[in-house]
Amino acid sequence: MPIPRLRIWLSTALAGAGLLVPGCANPGVGSAHDDPAEPVTLTFWHGWSTAGERKAIDDSVARFEKRHRNITVEVVPNVTDETMNQALRAGGDDAPDVVSSFTTNNVGQYCSSGMWVDLDPFLKKTGVDKAKVFPKAFLDYTSYQGEQCALPLLADSYGLYYNKDAFKKAGITRPPRTMSELKRDAVKLTRRDGNGSYQQVGFMPDFRLYQNSPDRMFAQWGPTYFDANGKSRLADDPASKEFFATARELMGAQGGYRPLEKFRTTFGDEMSAQNAFLTQKLAMHMDGEWRGLMLRRANARFAWGTAPMPVPDDQADTYGRGYLTGTVAGIAHSSRHQNAAWELVRFLTVDTEQVVRFANAIHNVPSTHAALKSPRLDTDPTFRTFLDIAQNPHSVALPPSVNGGQYVTALQDFSYRVEAGQVRDLDAGLRGLDAQIDSDTLQSEN
Amino acid sequence: MASTGLVPDALRRKRTRERLRTLGFLSPWLVGFSVFFGYPLIATVYFSFVHYNQIEPPEFVGLRNWKYVLTQMPLFGPALWNTLWLVVVMVALRVLFGLGIGILVTKIKSGPGLFRTAFYLPYLAPPVAATVAFVFLLNPGTGPVNDILGAVGLPAPSWFNDPGWAKPSLVMLSLWGIGDLMVIFMAALLDVPREQYEAAELDGAGAWGKFRYVTWPFLTPIVMFAVVTGVVQTMQYYTQALVAGKLASGVSIGPGTVIQPGYPDHSTLTVPQLVYSLGFQNFNTGAACVLSLVLFVIAMAVTTLLLRKRAGLIPAED
Repeated sequence: MPIPRLRIWLSTALAGAGLLVPGCANPGVGSAHDDPAEPVTLTFWHGWSTAGERKAIDDSVARFEKRHRNITVEVVPNVTDETMNQALRAGGDDAPDVVSSFTTNNVGQYCSSGMWVDLDPFLKKTGVDKAKVFPKAFLDYTSYQGEQCALPLLADSYGLYYNKDAFKKAGITRPPRTMSELKRDAVKLTRRDGNGSYQQVGFMPDFRLYQNSPDRMFAQWGPTYFDANGKSRLADDPASKEFFATARELMGAQGGYRPLEKFRTTFGDEMSAQNAFLTQKLAMHMDGEWRGLMLRRANARFAWGTAPMPVPDDQADTYGRGYLTGTVAGIAHSSRHQNAAWELVRFLTVDTEQVVRFANAIHNVPSTHAALKSPRLDTDPTFRTFLDIAQNPHSVALPPSVNGGQYVTALQDFSYRVEAGQVRDLDAGLRGLDAQIDSDTLQSEN
Repeated sequence: MASTGLVPDALRRKRTRERLRTLGFLSPWLVGFSVFFGYPLIATVYFSFVHYNQIEPPEFVGLRNWKYVLTQMPLFGPALWNTLWLVVVMVALRVLFGLGIGILVTKIKSGPGLFRTAFYLPYLAPPVAATVAFVFLLNPGTGPVNDILGAVGLPAPSWFNDPGWAKPSLVMLSLWGIGDLMVIFMAALLDVPREQYEAAELDGAGAWGKFRYVTWPFLTPIVMFAVVTGVVQTMQYYTQALVAGKLASGVSIGPGTVIQPGYPDHSTLTVPQLVYSLGFQNFNTGAACVLSLVLFVIAMAVTTLLLRKRAGLIPAED
């Protein structure tokens, strides 16, 4: 007799536990009704990790606190998007107030999910005209479907680093400007030892190498990822086939995928003294503007220069363009001090002196019109290349998506298969990729 | 009548007290079971039918998550295949190797402690550290293993960088850390009654015969334990595959980087990695829960099958 009662009790308890699931899982709700003049402590999470970067951030925060005596900022460095995402979803007192991300890939996710609050109300009530302050390209990658949930906190542009000594030795007088020139020069610059093993590769096209994610080189074609309805259209864009064909040619001209992939396993960590460009295993390499500072600090044993990445031969007039991305900053939806948090975000992203000082400190592209024109910017020509790329009208950033960078990951995955020679029919492969991206998008929408 | 009425009441109260006492002693387990198994299982089933990104309230979507995982995710097939491959190959080889090492260390006459220590210590290496060491040693471009193989004229695979060799490399890593099974089998082997071997020798049994008719029957429960726990653990294989894939790929991992696990060519992608990627990188909670349930069902089915087979091996008189 008692056993059925126990079963009923246990079943009821489990069912009740199930009903509690949605309630327990919902994160806390923030507030935008705080007084920014009252004493408050903010938590600021960022992704910078090197000693120089952390010092630059800490100095920036110190300048902010000096200006806002009532606000104390606790800085947490070296935070990944993953950690920040999970913290904001969990909510609670440990969640940050001001957040940042090293990539623009996830902005769509942050905006569409409401994780980062819409900043337009704060911009308006403090009289900041975002269209006049920020370049359009930077505004585009910090908003999604009209919601401005982030602002650019310095930017990154990608260009070509080249070994001038290697160029001179190979009889090349200037960096390549078109893809055919890139291939030609890459072949000339590739050197092997007596056993046929690589000593130096002209340009390593392997998509897994350092900053060679396919979306960055693809930017040179000015692709259109989505149509007006938000559907993936990579298969319909001729740029896609041309891009992959060029990548294959670069791979084949320098020895093929397998040998190059094996050579890549001898490369050191990107951010270390064993970086392959620094150790002269690469004569040319695509990288962001920060690399120049690292090369100087590492006392590179060769002369090097910078230039925009080459463009397709039939788009030679767009030379000077490049891939754009950057760090973005926002306010966590769960913050109960959103007005105070806005003061910090505004200072870091809008204040010209602050933006210039921070950009110089970590060798990044400033993200406001005024800062880009500032005479106090670093005058190093190798750095100026990236400022020019950032302001080139043909330079592009990735479009935001409801599920963040998931479509970029899908593109990466597909690109790895293409370069390994596993995609026989490129048209069919691209159509499959479009279908996958669309199903991922639909799965992420409400 | 009155005396008859007292007895049922007293008995009923006694039984009630006994049941309450039993429930009291069971309560720690009941709480643990409910909190760590019952609730998560119910929650997982619930979430598999909703769209939930851990920010906005859950929304019921029927079987959409199931359809997405089973028919629209290109990585579901490779992940499931890899997981099952590892379950079959890794578990089988680990049991065989563990048994072999166990027999070896029980047969050694001189210095058994040294050999036992040598085989057990790798088990104590943290999984991440062990994996990092293996990826370094087996690096096709700079690793010492391939240098040695090349020097003696043997073919040198690309190991963790070759789709065909990545999973076997993981198996080698797990065999290196065989200490746990060695201890279990060693204890079982030492527990076989010596007189049984003596009787077998009197009957003219050789080494194989003694193993076949004396050792193996004693070991079957332990072997089944090793297989069942191995299957369950391998179904959840995550750390070594993830670390090996990421390191071998050489892709720079920065704060903003989201890399699909499974390098090279998804050959090291396992279902648990995909669950994590879906649930905590893409925040596709529903799809992640579907994958978890698929894994749960397969694990339960395999375990039930193994336990049923084990039951058939127990003699009736035992």
